[in-house]
Amino acid sequence: MAFSEQDILAGLAEIVSEETGLPADSVTSEKSFTDDLDIDSLSMMTIVTLAEEKFSVRIPDDEVKNLTTVGDAVSYINGAQG
Amino acid sequence: MTSTPDVVITGLGATTPLGGDVASTWAAARAGESGARTLENDWAQTYEIPVSFAAQLKVPPAEVLPRPEIKRMDPSAQYAVIAAREAWADAGAPDVEPERLGAVVSSGIGGIWTTLDAWDTLREKGARRVLPMTVPMLMPNSPAAYVELELGARAGAHALVSACASGAEAIGYAVEMIRSGRADVVVAGGTEAAIHPMPIAAFAASRTLSTRNDDPAGASRPYDVSRDGFVLGEGAGIVVLESAEHAAARGATVHGRIAGVGLSSDGYHMTSPEPSGRGQIAAMRAALEQADVAAADVVHVNAHATSTVVGDLIEARSVREVLGADADHVALSATKSMTGHLLGGAGALETIFTVLALRDRTAPPTINVDEPDPELVLDLVRGEARTLRDGSLAAINNSFGFGGHNVALVLTTP
Repeated sequence: MAFSEQDILAGLAEIVSEETGLPADSVTSEKSFTDDLDIDSLSMMTIVTLAEEKFSVRIPDDEVKNLTTVGDAVSYINGAQG
Repeated sequence: MTSTPDVVITGLGATTPLGGDVASTWAAARAGESGARTLENDWAQTYEIPVSFAAQLKVPPAEVLPRPEIKRMDPSAQYAVIAAREAWADAGAPDVEPERLGAVVSSGIGGIWTTLDAWDTLREKGARRVLPMTVPMLMPNSPAAYVELELGARAGAHALVSACASGAEAIGYAVEMIRSGRADVVVAGGTEAAIHPMPIAAFAASRTLSTRNDDPAGASRPYDVSRDGFVLGEGAGIVVLESAEHAAARGATVHGRIAGVGLSSDGYHMTSPEPSGRGQIAAMRAALEQADVAAADVVHVNAHATSTVVGDLIEARSVREVLGADADHVALSATKSMTGHLLGGAGALETIFTVLALRDRTAPPTINVDEPDPELVLDLVRGEARTLRDGSLAAINNSFGFGGHNVALVLTTP
């Protein structure tokens, strides 16, 4: 079952909210993980681990550095769905 | 050359099977309540564990801490942080140079929930699903590190491990940090979160747990003839220790004073206390000597007394040996009868009980002692709390751990 982009954004926002304590509705596509959401590398890897499980995708370590914004991550996950 | 600083207690914090903070825990202890209950899970049936009860926290951390903190801390660290925040606030959030502030928080077992959860995840789902925070959560210094990070402490953060003596040893080490001039203020104590089926099964395997499944509240009965082992508890106790000079300069409220720390090891057996009590006696004598307190000044002992057949009596005889005839006027309390055994948190919580007993002139009761062991050679505070006399008072808090670790702390009124 493939997830829509809206589903992915909502699911990712939920994961980020659990990790950071920020309200899920503040986790929007244009937000930068580091600059806007203050997410450090360990938290980013936690989010990646949880997102891989939630959306049944693989996000290689080499790709994580390219995921600057929440929207980047949504696009990557959407494209990686089998 | 400057004299060795006096060490006072200016902050208290706890989350325990009796209450979510010090005030509620102390009120319940004075009233003689039990924190032990039947577990609301099916561990006993599923794994055929012979023990179906424990003394779980009265207030779950999820009711106190924000969700992100719950997710990145093992329960042992959650409890420590809850207690540390209370202790720090109670101390009036002292203004102290970061280089003069330390943290010493121990756990006897460490992050066992995290360890075993991560192992389950690895086996069931593979390495990609193991969370990156696993190691910082399971390491036994994690509670000390979280307290250190929260307060920005830079004088040193430590986690001394000595099983059920860990919490008292942490406080003893913190006292030493202040006495040696390394710090002016140290946040210190112990924590434990080991009410998990594996440690329950393992303690049961060693035949150290009570199996009084039909009466959880009556199961922890130190010095009663029918005692049959300890009741596993959980929680944390944290104190703020401060040099007397630093506390006086800022006008802090002083709850009590830690006047002596005595340490020894049995050099005898991994789990059995040495029968003559020589290690326990050495620890108590060292603490009294350091405190410069005479046996006649000791009015109260908070016993380690876990409700085991052998251990309780060895300790009582050791106290008698150390205090001699002066033991006759000592009010002996075994608070594990109410809290269960907090393992690495026990020595710290019982230090708090001892401070409050002296401050409020009230020795807490030992509950469930229907028929005292005829070999008990001390005056046990049974059933109801007992008023202590006025004037300058001293008390001893004993903590002993698997491995033969003995820690005695001598506390006095301010």
